[in-house]
Amino acid sequence: MTATRPSARSGVDRPAGPSPLRRLLPGAPAAAGPRGSTLLRHLAGAVLAGTLVVLLTNQLAPYQNLQVARVCAFLCVTAGYTVLVGLNGQLSLGHGALMATGAYTVALVQRAFDERGVQGRWILPLSLLAALAATALAGLVIGLAAARLRGPYLAGVTLAVATLVPAISTIFTGVFNGEQGLRFPAETPPAVLGAYFQPERWLAWIALLAALLTVLLLANLVRSRFGRSLRAVRDDEVAARLAGIHVARTQVLAFVVSAGCAGLGGGVYAVLTATVAPGKFPLELSLFLLMAIVIGGLGSLAGAVWGAVLLVALQDLPSLLTETFSLPSGLAQRLEGNLALAVFGLILIVVMLAAPGGLHGAARTLVARLRTRRRAPEH
Amino acid sequence: MDRFLFLTFGGLSTGAVYAAFALALVLIWRAARVVNFAQGAMAVATAYVGYAVASATGSYWVGLGAAVLAGLLLGALVERVLMRFVGHANPLNEVIVALGLVLLIQAVLGMVFGNGYRPAAAPFDTDALTLGGVAALSPYDLWVLGAVLVVVVLLALLFTRTPIGLRMRAAAFAPEVSRLLGVDVSRMLTLGWALAAAVGALAGMLVVPTGLGLHPHAMDLVFVVAFTAAVVGGLDSPAGAVVGGLLVGLILSYVTGYLGPDTTPLAVLVLLLAVLLVRPGGLFSSARARHV
Amino acid sequence: MRPTTRRILAAATGLALLAAVPACADDAKQAAENVPGVTDTEIVIGTHQPLTGPAAPGYSKISAATKAYFEHVNSKGGVNGRKIVYKVMDDGYNPANTENVVRKLVLDDKVFALLGGLGTPTHTNVLEFVKTQKVPDLFVSSGSRNWNQPDKYPTTFGWQPDYTVEGKILATWVKQQFPGAKVCHFGQNDDFGRDSLAGVEKVLGAVAAKQTYTTTNQQVGPAIGALKAAGCQVVISASIPGFTALAMGQAAGQGFRAQWVVSNVGADYTTLSNQLGDKKVILEGMVADNYLPMVGDTANPWIQEFTKIHQKYNAANPIDGNAIYGYSMAYTFVQALLAAGKDPTREKLVEAVQKGGFRGPGLTPFRYSADVHAGYSGVRLNKVQNGAQAYFGPTYTTDDGDAAVTEFTEAPATPPADAIPTT
Repeated sequence: MTATRPSARSGVDRPAGPSPLRRLLPGAPAAAGPRGSTLLRHLAGAVLAGTLVVLLTNQLAPYQNLQVARVCAFLCVTAGYTVLVGLNGQLSLGHGALMATGAYTVALVQRAFDERGVQGRWILPLSLLAALAATALAGLVIGLAAARLRGPYLAGVTLAVATLVPAISTIFTGVFNGEQGLRFPAETPPAVLGAYFQPERWLAWIALLAALLTVLLLANLVRSRFGRSLRAVRDDEVAARLAGIHVARTQVLAFVVSAGCAGLGGGVYAVLTATVAPGKFPLELSLFLLMAIVIGGLGSLAGAVWGAVLLVALQDLPSLLTETFSLPSGLAQRLEGNLALAVFGLILIVVMLAAPGGLHGAARTLVARLRTRRRAPEH
Repeated sequence: MDRFLFLTFGGLSTGAVYAAFALALVLIWRAARVVNFAQGAMAVATAYVGYAVASATGSYWVGLGAAVLAGLLLGALVERVLMRFVGHANPLNEVIVALGLVLLIQAVLGMVFGNGYRPAAAPFDTDALTLGGVAALSPYDLWVLGAVLVVVVLLALLFTRTPIGLRMRAAAFAPEVSRLLGVDVSRMLTLGWALAAAVGALAGMLVVPTGLGLHPHAMDLVFVVAFTAAVVGGLDSPAGAVVGGLLVGLILSYVTGYLGPDTTPLAVLVLLLAVLLVRPGGLFSSARARHV
Repeated sequence: MRPTTRRILAAATGLALLAAVPACADDAKQAAENVPGVTDTEIVIGTHQPLTGPAAPGYSKISAATKAYFEHVNSKGGVNGRKIVYKVMDDGYNPANTENVVRKLVLDDKVFALLGGLGTPTHTNVLEFVKTQKVPDLFVSSGSRNWNQPDKYPTTFGWQPDYTVEGKILATWVKQQFPGAKVCHFGQNDDFGRDSLAGVEKVLGAVAAKQTYTTTNQQVGPAIGALKAAGCQVVISASIPGFTALAMGQAAGQGFRAQWVVSNVGADYTTLSNQLGDKKVILEGMVADNYLPMVGDTANPWIQEFTKIHQKYNAANPIDGNAIYGYSMAYTFVQALLAAGKDPTREKLVEAVQKGGFRGPGLTPFRYSADVHAGYSGVRLNKVQNGAQAYFGPTYTTDDGDAAVTEFTEAPATPPADAIPTT
């Protein structure tokens, strides 16, 4: 129980910077020396990536900007998820439900202000912080149970969590409005940007900022002592314990961090359409999230980016295929929708057989092969 | 009291199907240490075969045989063509391949047979026999219960009384030693998949007439519940799968009947937590629980 | 750490602001563009449909029929010389996908209007977006009352009679035929079931027993057992086809004999009997309602015309209630498009529907006006006898409020040549 208070707080504080969390990490934090440069490197990378994406969004049409925004929202989720599954070795199948927790928190907070006639730019960040905190708390509860369970047994419990969303929203219809879900005021660009500023571009920027903060934080986290503890626990619990790592606490913390990211991502995902509904978070979403991080390359943040792109591509693949092929109506009807699913299923199988390390693993192998004279990159 | 009895009978008949399906999951877990997420989709595919043969020949029993045979072949095929080549760098890769297989199978079924429901006739009357005024089990429910029981007994005999069954167990539990002793471990693995898929096919044939009918997603919900049942019982224990299946069936029936149909996912989670927090390896776990 | 974070924020925002400036001109130009989706030769409209996934059975056939009807119209020269292009997007009945495909249709494909978006939970989530984009959102395929909120959603219109109208009329018939009987309600645990129950209780008062089901739980046995134990003589059911079949199958299995009175949404005989196969005899005597010509009524001139179109453009699918629904809705859309004039705009289309007055295959008039965006005003009862579903008794009309249920005596319209409206 000792972990309860501090780690819940860590979720709230996190966007300001990883330091409060690190203070709680098992063992004393490492000296600031070498880590400082890592941080700067990551920061520079984030600013560069952010600038590029912002420049890109200016060239894009509204719908493409929404796609960018969705990639960023999913990136928040996949980045935290891949740390839990890939680096800490805990298999959760319930991250769709954690996204829903964040999404519903944003909706409820925003509606609470809206009903009282309170408006302001600060409501959005506040609601996202609340989403992060609420989901981190949910992650703490699941994490405490999860720390006792392994492999398929943990998968079974989290799979049951993944199916909860429709049930909860129907049982507490008064709060969550059943299967119809909740709507809240849509986010509009500030007047400073001009009357004709594309609203979708503004959404893309919000999502981008959330994704950059998440990835930046996680990138530092996995390079830290905590990151090493995560991997140590994954590789060998007994050895980790012998090395003085508090295994259960590390696992619970990993779940909390991962859940917080999923909550933030879910919150941003809700903001993009200003709606939440249980149907948006079915069991399939949880399974697709898992596919995304494994296909992307488990345990790597670059893989999480691949995964996020893949999730959005999956959502848009059906319409793309429908438009590309115009077939006679009888055949077309059988293929419509089904063709996209078949293609995606095949891609999953082929990638897993051809590149067991996922897309990121494949890319790395390729790069390594291209410059064989250099030493293998990192770890 | 009548309501309780009525719900008990209902729970037993659905639980029997979950038990059969959970059994299929346990078989693969024991043979290959994989939770086969494609089990549901594979069972649906074989059920399509079964009902196509049944309507072509006019005999349910020929169809049932065809489905089980198709299950054997499909299981062996999936192991030989796919699972064998999945790298073991990461145990999740097999799960992802299985999920890819789910999408592929469901899409192909949709393309070939259409996404609509197809009627699935039951071989026996589905009207319940009344027992002291309470609608109890129908002849079809009795057939389901009987069939599952026979499969459990046959599997128990296979694993404990036949040389091939002993070899399969040895190959699963100690592959290196078995190989040294001359057991063809890779063939045993294929056999394990084939056997599990055949049991899954039987479960599919049993469950389809009780639901909405045959369609590509017919087993999605059943898979989730059966997975729960297998986990509750303990993935290593066939007896656990049967007990877990019946238990989950009963609890779902009581919860649906007394608390309403919306609350079942919550009840499933509570059951899982209640069982696993006390016994992290399921009710019938023989191995010692891992202490953290 | 904090100053660093602030620095990124500042840097990113600054860059973004800088980068935003040149983009403004483009956006302004886009906003000035007029009548999206309409050219001299084409009108592009779109829809979201569950072509795959658990809701696909049955419902995926509606858009196929609508598309076939437009092909038929296009082959005869289109509407005012413009061919109708109907973009059907699969959303798998998942609201997240619905939001995506509708945004793609409106923002990317620049459709003129949406037509027949299917489903309550799916379409509810795009209402706000559709409103801000001012896209005509015609004839949502669901009987929810959500589409009838002209103050909040001025461009959205329903088409089929809403579930409350249906519930009131079914209950009126039950009250006449089964005076004093124990009447119970079985419904889906969402707006469909609730709106239907509200209509039923407006007429009958509180029902003797009510049970619900949820689409993710196929165990309807306990609910049916409870209705049996309550001694229900009549069950009014607001259920989708799969669950109508499950519930009636359970009732038969439990020896529970009651009169089933089923909402139109879940009572298409072709769909139900396909699902039940050999067990379809349990449907004998089932009472339901409809507002379109019955597919088995081969003497009906509308059915004859639609069958011709079906055989030519949609032969891969069975002709059933879903197909008739798709044809009839497409017919109403062509009427609305004609009423919007030679050079239709989004505003003119919305005004044309509000003006209403369309008569076509439907048995009753529409309720459309500036204040009401609800569709058909009533239904007629039908019954399954000897393996055929046929109308009986009078047609009734009412509203979803407190208006009385009244008989409607006007004769149905006859189809124009080729079943293509001319005005």
